Amino acid sequence: MRGIVKRFPGVLACDAVDFDIRRGEVHALLGENGAGKSTLMKILYGLYSHEEGTILLNGEPVSIRTPTDAIELGIGMIHQHFMLVDTLTVTENVALGLPSSRGPLLDLDRVAARIRELSETYRLDVNPDALVWTLAVGERQRVEIIKALYRGAALLILDEPTAVLTPQEVDDLFHILRRMTQDGHSLIFISHKLHEVLNISDRITVLREGKLMGTVPAQGMSRADLARMMVGRDVLLERNRSPVAQGSARLVLENVSALGVTGHESLRGVSLQIHAGEILGVAGVSGNGQRELAEVIAGLRAVTSGWVEMDGLDVTGQAAGERTQTGFAYIPEERMHDGVVREFSVSENLILQDHTRPPYSKGIFLDFAHIAQHSQELVRNFRVKTPGIETPTKSLSGGNIQKLILARELARLPKVLVAAQPTRGVDIGAMEYIHQRLLDQRETGTATLLISEDLDEVLALSDRIAVMYEGRVMDIVKREETSAEELGLLMAGVYPER
Amino acid sequence: MAAHERTQFTLDRITGAALPVLAVAGALVVGALLLLMLGVNPFTAYAALFNGALGNVSGITQTLTKATPLLLVGLGICIAFRGGVINIGGEGQIILGAVSASAFAIGFSHWPGWLLLPLTMLAGTLAGLVWGGIPGWLKARMGVNEILSTVMMNQIALQVMNFLLRGPMLDPAQIAAGTNIPQSAALPEAVWLTRLVPRTLFHSGAILAVILAVAVYFLLWRTTIGYRIRAVGLNAAASRYAGIPVSRYVVLSMALSGAFCGLAGAVEVMGVHHRMIEGMSGGYGFSGIVAALFGKLHPLGAIPASAIFGSLLVGADKMQRSVQVPSSLVVALQGLIVLFVVASDLYVRRRSRRRMEERE
Repeated sequence: MRGIVKRFPGVLACDAVDFDIRRGEVHALLGENGAGKSTLMKILYGLYSHEEGTILLNGEPVSIRTPTDAIELGIGMIHQHFMLVDTLTVTENVALGLPSSRGPLLDLDRVAARIRELSETYRLDVNPDALVWTLAVGERQRVEIIKALYRGAALLILDEPTAVLTPQEVDDLFHILRRMTQDGHSLIFISHKLHEVLNISDRITVLREGKLMGTVPAQGMSRADLARMMVGRDVLLERNRSPVAQGSARLVLENVSALGVTGHESLRGVSLQIHAGEILGVAGVSGNGQRELAEVIAGLRAVTSGWVEMDGLDVTGQAAGERTQTGFAYIPEERMHDGVVREFSVSENLILQDHTRPPYSKGIFLDFAHIAQHSQELVRNFRVKTPGIETPTKSLSGGNIQKLILARELARLPKVLVAAQPTRGVDIGAMEYIHQRLLDQRETGTATLLISEDLDEVLALSDRIAVMYEGRVMDIVKREETSAEELGLLMAGVYPER
Repeated sequence: MAAHERTQFTLDRITGAALPVLAVAGALVVGALLLLMLGVNPFTAYAALFNGALGNVSGITQTLTKATPLLLVGLGICIAFRGGVINIGGEGQIILGAVSASAFAIGFSHWPGWLLLPLTMLAGTLAGLVWGGIPGWLKARMGVNEILSTVMMNQIALQVMNFLLRGPMLDPAQIAAGTNIPQSAALPEAVWLTRLVPRTLFHSGAILAVILAVAVYFLLWRTTIGYRIRAVGLNAAASRYAGIPVSRYVVLSMALSGAFCGLAGAVEVMGVHHRMIEGMSGGYGFSGIVAALFGKLHPLGAIPASAIFGSLLVGADKMQRSVQVPSSLVVALQGLIVLFVVASDLYVRRRSRRRMEERE
């Protein structure tokens, strides 16, 4: 790809980007959210058109207008969100949209045979007759890989393929990817996880704000080097955790069970304690009860048994509003859905809990002078980048919306904080900042429950780590005494041998 | 945020303001095609419509008289929409508001006017409040879809009125004359609203409606109650977490919405008919929704919007008479305007969402 330019209204998404990939290599595309890596790949896959530049395949200029063009040229893409029909079998999913070799009649047996062949060659371990909904996330991903291979992809684009996997599943995936490259396939690996990129790639291309920062061989690069290229300055990768004297138990869950969204028991007898000045990380593959755990503590989901104590008070029966008034703060996983009212202005969102309290209102009348003053202060203190406090919240970036929520929640000086996926989808700068804030809270004696799918984040911030599997806490381990491998096994529901 | 995004933002606001105007223009163009199909010169027809509604004092006062209940209903609709509920029960709430106000005024006709007049209005308002509050409560408590329940409650209100006007509330003069036309006795003059222009129906209820529009604006954007109504309407999940009792505000939004419709009914009998008659609701319960949508669900936007819809209603009659077009064409025209307004709104929203997605 040479000199690719793509503009969105008001944004130069790709600014004369060059990118090339050789046969049999893994080429990582690295950059923060909004750096243009997905845009570049969507152009290559025919989902977006580009305004300038050319795409050459084997030296020939090609025009890729639709994904069909891309597939015909042997380009496949595996999206972050899988494109599979849950109620169909693997074979049916693979055959979907392809002409049958028997004309109007189905040729599913031939497709299945080919799937077995591919599965064997690359040790994908996929059963063609399995229904997709019965498969685990890692298996579904392999179905996607098969789909692309079946369509004859020689060049495969993988968009953040490791985001949903346990560490062991990541290892498995990497083995598969290596076998594919040995076979002459070329792979483009989109990610922002530096150690994975270093582990799997031959070369690395870094984008920043739509501009090409450079293409370097993975050999000899360090995480710090890559982070600097991505962000444009030195990035602190290790978090400074000073020892903090831990106080009394601020948050206690005793044998808590609760139903999930689907009505099944999603939390099964969870007991844990978090002390003042402690961060308890919760690791686990998503969907193992973490969300329900956060909602139970926040007072948004009723318990079916057990109780919740905050600061020595039984709050099991209290509504969310009462809990926030007694020193609870919550950074919800779905920040757009549960954390803010998108259409509200920045300042309106900053008073979401406190609008009925002085000085923000007198009687039923809102006091705009005080609200503005308070908002200005929070926006400044928490470095929320916004044109003004009257700007609609939805026009802010994800990182800044997260800072806004952080500002609102931490301004209450909480005794107990639940932070669910606090840095998901935010840029490195915001991530650094949010981590620092969480650690600052820890030093002031807040008891924090940190739920994250990012194991690195959990390891970097937590004092102790609880691993959840199928609604249960498998184990709670001290950070110093554990490893990613041990946690990975626990996340998969296996007790490691000690 | 960079400068270009700020320009984009202001640009969106300008197109946002221009859209209703474009929507009307679009509807008129399609309406012109309909007129052509009827073999009528659209220019003569539209000229008749315009002249009829705004060409002279009589037309203008009729327009404003029709705009008054539209505005009151429209305000109620604004509150409901902002609170995330949809009130299709305006007709029923108007009817019961009018019935209650009439019954109250007739029943306590010996009371002094300074007391009777506000209380009569209050009686209508409360009736609407209850009639709107019931579907709100049903929704909050049992998840009953408020669109269905309000539509059904329109029928109940209509039958209640039919019963009352043929039985307990039937005008004694009608019984005496043996004509039995279903209408109530005349309201005591003390509750008649002042006619603002002599020998027309234009009454002081219009002033009240405009004052209330400003009051609703203050309620929604300057008070904690309005803040909560809007928060619940926009994002119930976030509101619940913030400690706002969501279901209570669902009931409140519906009840307030009903209250404004009930008041519209009371004002209509007090200002125009001076007695309860059949058909006095005149479809305002539905046209008011259109007016509110056209005013972008903003109480102040509802003021010009209801005036425009009032003029359409009046002009339609005149157009029917002078160029022999069925006045139902205006109903079609109204529908087209709603279609265009809603479609343009959807277009803008989808465009901005797409822009955000592309930017990631």
